[in-house]
Amino acid sequence: MIEIDLEKDGVRGVNSRLHALPKDTNERHWLIRNPMGQHAIACGLDAPITVEVAGHAGFYCGGMNKEAEILIHGHAGPGVAENMMSGIVRVDGNASQSAGATGNGGLLVIKGDAASRCGISMKGINIVVGGSVGHMSAFMAQSGHLVVCGDAGEALGDSIYEARLYVRGKADSLGADCIEKEMTDHHLAKLARLLDEAEIKANPKDFRRFGSARKLYNFNIDHADAY
Amino acid sequence: MDPNTPRTTPRKSATFDDYTLSEIRRAATTGIYDIRGAGAKRKMPHFDDLLFLGASMSRYPLEGYREKCGTNVVLGTRFAKKPIELKIPITIAGMSFGSLSAQAKEALGNGATLAGTSTTTGDGGMTPEERGHSKTLVYQYLPSRYGMNPDDLRKADAIEVVVGQGAKPGGGGMLLGQKISDRVAQMRNLPKGIDQRSACRHPDWTGPDDLEIKLHELREITNWEKPIYIKVGGARPYYDTALAVKSGADVVVVDGMQGGTAATQEVFIEHVGQPTLACIRPAVKALQDLGMHRKVQLIVSGGIRNGADVAKALALGADAVSIGTAALVALGDNDPHLEEEYQKLGTTAGAYDDWHEGRDPAGITTQDPELAKRLDPKRAGRRLANYLKVMTLEAQTIARACGKNHVHNLEPEDLVALTVEAAAMAQVPLAGTNWIPGKSGY
Repeated sequence: MIEIDLEKDGVRGVNSRLHALPKDTNERHWLIRNPMGQHAIACGLDAPITVEVAGHAGFYCGGMNKEAEILIHGHAGPGVAENMMSGIVRVDGNASQSAGATGNGGLLVIKGDAASRCGISMKGINIVVGGSVGHMSAFMAQSGHLVVCGDAGEALGDSIYEARLYVRGKADSLGADCIEKEMTDHHLAKLARLLDEAEIKANPKDFRRFGSARKLYNFNIDHADAY
Repeated sequence: MDPNTPRTTPRKSATFDDYTLSEIRRAATTGIYDIRGAGAKRKMPHFDDLLFLGASMSRYPLEGYREKCGTNVVLGTRFAKKPIELKIPITIAGMSFGSLSAQAKEALGNGATLAGTSTTTGDGGMTPEERGHSKTLVYQYLPSRYGMNPDDLRKADAIEVVVGQGAKPGGGGMLLGQKISDRVAQMRNLPKGIDQRSACRHPDWTGPDDLEIKLHELREITNWEKPIYIKVGGARPYYDTALAVKSGADVVVVDGMQGGTAATQEVFIEHVGQPTLACIRPAVKALQDLGMHRKVQLIVSGGIRNGADVAKALALGADAVSIGTAALVALGDNDPHLEEEYQKLGTTAGAYDDWHEGRDPAGITTQDPELAKRLDPKRAGRRLANYLKVMTLEAQTIARACGKNHVHNLEPEDLVALTVEAAAMAQVPLAGTNWIPGKSGY
């Protein structure tokens, strides 16, 4: 494992070293010491490497990640793994708002709670949250899966498109066009796989599924009060 | 009544004019607000209300066709390792693949490249055709993040973070179902045929403090190479510009309410925002107050039509202008030779603005492959290049007449206004007076 000291090298120095790695690098395991809650740590990675962050990270840690596995041994600030394309980001602690926002692919695991707007405008990413998520989570969520092992705040899945939401606890309220849907064997199997990948122990049968009623897909004046 | 009694001429209401009555009838019939493309159509103070003074006894002109008058502009000198240099101070504004056909996007790239300027993506991501045909391409970073990915971000020459748009400051985008083709749906990761809504707020930052951190992330991902623009609609141009600078913008784009949109509610287009003319001086003042004028470049857009508009915007303090609607007209939009087809659509050449319906006979604002085929990207690109060159020559003509050896040397002192309103907005004297409304104590 190669260790870098963010306090000494700064965010630019750390990211420059990680960005310079070719896809077939032998230097596959990195540890970033003293992250100090700095922003944009390990964003824009594009190689199949493992990067451990030894502490708390600020905004946008692992943003736009491709292929890399990023392990945050602490809490993460807003927009962790935003617009992730592939790879894995794991947060040992809690995550602030907009976790996994607009993510296109890959897996984001938050062992603790996630704040508001978790999975906002998600576009294919899978997000598994060990705890609860805040209000407006999965707002305009287009595709992918959001698994919440705790509760969901108000307006879950507001204006949702084709993303699938699984919640074990209660949802304070559902947003416009978001409804509870039947949990079939197919969905149970998919949920079990996601929990396995996330390394979170939970029984898929304890979850409820939510998704789009598809009533707002094309404007209808009789649905105007839903907006 | 005696038939010989004189009658007054039937009089229509100025308040309830023909357009207003037709809109009431349309709303009552359909139950939905009117959606259309383009920018504000109402009459408002604009560049036509300003005049250049030219040279005379107290100013010395440059020879029209012989003495040099520079037109180049460098954008992104504040933080970017690789600022972009354009031959002309007229850029092509962001317009999405989806709202426009692939042929139209290719034509915009061709035309801009021939003329030595940049073009810009839009809400929907970057297409390979667009990248391939655009020497200098600005990649828009929008609230929806449709098609956003780090590979395209790194392929761009500059990044434009869109906070707002002149046609709809505070509003998100929309692309109606008839234009969500297979390819558009795939690029945006949406079901085909739905009415696609774009968010009005970015999903992962709120306010200028967060935006500063977002720009830091974008710079980290792109190795601090790309200039980053922040685009705002013409709402509160002084504060919006100041906050954009505070957030770390290399370039600020201010888009007035004549700036176009692919599809927005008519009520939004006509009733929200400020005219372009009213936005420039406050934006410039914000840059000056921060000591950043000419260090952070200012691009102005919304209703730029000719070289005089370009010269006036630059004289008021902009570094460059951007065109959208005019560029589409140069490609062939609203051309009278299509009048018969416009009539079939219930409109007329020059008024066609149902760009959201996807039935554009010019093949520009459509995803219908048969209609799109009508636009030859090479020929249309050549037309755009010609138009851009004419605008540049016109701006140079005016600059030389004012004794300037670069279009950026034009200044407010070269201008007067024809109306009190324009004088107040542009902060130049009313013609024939030394009166600038709001200045000099009255």
